[in-house]
Amino acid sequence: MADMTVAEIRALIVKHKRWDVIFATIGVLALMVGVLTFASLFAGMAIDGAHRLSLDFFTNFPSRHPEQAGILSAWVGTTLVMIVTAVTAVPLGVAGAVYLEEYAPKNWVTDIIEINVTNLAGVPSIVYGLLALGLFVYQFGFGQSILSAGLTLALLILPVVIVATREAIRSIPAVIREGAYALGATKWQTTADHILPYSIPGILTGVIIGMARAIGETAPIITIGALTFIAFLPPAPFSGDPPAGLFDWLFAPFTVMPIQMFNWTSRPEAAFHQNAAAAGLVLVVMTLSMNALAIYIRYRLRKKIKW
Amino acid sequence: MSSVAPTHSLNILADNTVSARLAKRKSRHIRERFIEVLLFLAASVSVAVTVGIVVILITESYQFFQHVPLWDFLTDTQWTPLFDDAHYGIMVLLSGTLVSSFVALSVAIPLGTIIAIYLSEFAPFSIREVAKPFLELLGGVPTIVYGYFALLYVTPALQYFIPGLPGFNLLSAGLVMGIMIIPYVSSVSEDAMRAVPMSMREGSYAMGATRFQTAIRVVTPAAFSGISAAYILGISRAVGETMILAVAAGMQPNLTWDPTEPAATITAYIVQVALGDLPHGSIGYQTIFAAGLTLMLLTLFFNILGHMLKRRFRQAY
Repeated sequence: MADMTVAEIRALIVKHKRWDVIFATIGVLALMVGVLTFASLFAGMAIDGAHRLSLDFFTNFPSRHPEQAGILSAWVGTTLVMIVTAVTAVPLGVAGAVYLEEYAPKNWVTDIIEINVTNLAGVPSIVYGLLALGLFVYQFGFGQSILSAGLTLALLILPVVIVATREAIRSIPAVIREGAYALGATKWQTTADHILPYSIPGILTGVIIGMARAIGETAPIITIGALTFIAFLPPAPFSGDPPAGLFDWLFAPFTVMPIQMFNWTSRPEAAFHQNAAAAGLVLVVMTLSMNALAIYIRYRLRKKIKW
Repeated sequence: MSSVAPTHSLNILADNTVSARLAKRKSRHIRERFIEVLLFLAASVSVAVTVGIVVILITESYQFFQHVPLWDFLTDTQWTPLFDDAHYGIMVLLSGTLVSSFVALSVAIPLGTIIAIYLSEFAPFSIREVAKPFLELLGGVPTIVYGYFALLYVTPALQYFIPGLPGFNLLSAGLVMGIMIIPYVSSVSEDAMRAVPMSMREGSYAMGATRFQTAIRVVTPAAFSGISAAYILGISRAVGETMILAVAAGMQPNLTWDPTEPAATITAYIVQVALGDLPHGSIGYQTIFAAGLTLMLLTLFFNILGHMLKRRFRQAY
C-alpha cells in the first residue's frame, strides 16, 4: 500500500465506487422485474377480460355458454363466507392477542401458545383444508357448506389477526394503563375502555390484510369439497322461519370467486379464459383495494398518533 | 369552590367510611376472572388448531398405512392411487414439488435478497416509501390469478424460446411462483438488515469501505440469521403453494427432475382428488391425508434446518 501513488489510490477508490453504481442499478432492475410482472399481469387481464365486465357479468349465473356466464353465485358466496370468517376470526384473534399481551403470565403455557401462533403462520393453506375436511365436514357434520368454508378461512387468518393486534397493543405506552389503574379500574376495564379503543386502527389493518388473503384463498376451499359449478343462490340470510330457518344459508352449498376463476381457467375454450380474466380482474381489484386501504390506515396511524 | 373540596374530603376521612361506589364488590372480581378465562380459551384456539391438524393427519394416514406399507410409499416409482393397479409412490409427487420449488427459489432468493439489500442500504427514502407498499401488494395478489398468468401468458412466452415446451410445465409455474415469493423474502430480509446497528456501518465507512463493500461484507453477514429466516419462509411458501401448480403444471403424476415437463405436486394432487367425488373413508380419500402429512413433514424439515442455520450464524452485536 505504501508504494501506491495518490493517483493509484484514487483509481482504486473510483474502481470500487463503480460497484456502488452497478449494484444500485441491479437493485432497480430487480425491483423492475416485480413491477413489470405485475403490470403485464394486470394489463393482460384487462385486455382479455375488460370487455366482459358488464352489469350482466355480475348478475348472471355461470353457464355452459361463455358469453352468458357470470359471477353472481361466486360473489354472493364469497360475501357470505367472508361474513362467517370475520365474525369468527376477529373476536377470537383479538381476544387471544389481548390475553397474550395483557393477561398471560410468563410461564410455559404462554410460551407454547406464542410459539404455536408463529408456527401456524407457516403452515401451508392446503393443510388447513385437510383439517377442515376431517373436522368440520365429517366430524362435526357441517358438510361442504358456507359454514365449513368460513371457519376454515377464519382459522387460516387467525395468526394474522393475532399478530397485528399484539403489535397494536404493544405500541400503547404503559402510562395509559397506569393511569387507568391509578383511577381504580380493573384489568378488564382498562382493556375495554383504553387498550382496545386505542389499538383499533392497528387491529383494523391486520383484519383487512387477513380478509384480503382469505378472499383469494382457493386451495383450502377446494379441499373441503366446494363445488365448482353452482347455478343457484343460497337462501337469503335470515329469511327462513325463525329460529332454525334463520341460519339455513350457513349450511348451503356455495362457490367463491377464486374457485369460479379456477373453473374457467381450467377449461380449454378461449372464451371461458376471457371470463376467467374478467373474474381475475374483479378479484385483483378487490384484494388490492383492501390491501391499499390497510396500508393507508397504517400510514395515517404512523403520522397521527403522538402519545 | 376550591374552599369546599378540602372540607368534603376531610369529612370522608373523619367518618372513616368508604363511599359505596369505591367499596370492593365481589361480583366485580368474579366477572374479571370469568373474562380472563374466556380470553385464555380464545388464545388456546391456536393450540387446538395445531393439535387438530396433527391428530387428523396422523389418524387418517394411519388408516392409509394399514393398506399400504410405508416402504412401498417411500420407494415405489409410480403414483396411481385411483387406478385398478394402484401404486402409492410419494416420490413421484415429491419430485414435482421439489423441482417447482427449486425453480421458484432460484428466482425468489437472488432477486429478493438483491431487492432487500438495495432497499435497506442503497435506495433513497422516496423509492423505499413507494417500493415497500408495492411489494406488499404483489404478495397480496391471489395465487389463482398468478396461476392464470402462468398458464396463459408465461407458458406461451416461454414456448417462443423453448420450442416443444408442453402447455403444462413446471418451469412457468415455478417462475411465476418465484415472483410471487419475492415480497416474502425481501421484506423479512430487509427488516433483518435494518436491525443491524448504524455503528457497524459507520465503523465500516470509517475504514474506507464503499457502500457496496459495507452492504456485502458487514451488513449482510450481520443480518444473516434474519435473512435465513426469510429464505425458510420462502421455501415454506414454495413447497405449500397450490393453485399456481394446479393450474399451470398439470395434474399428471410424473417422476421427473426436468422442469420443462408437466408434473403433479403434492398440493396439486390433493386439489385434484378434492375436485372429484371420493367417498369418505375410502383409500383414495386417505391418500390426500398421507400426502398432506408428507407436506407437513417437509415443511417441518425445512423449518428445523432454518432454525439450525439461524443459530449457527447468529451474530451478537
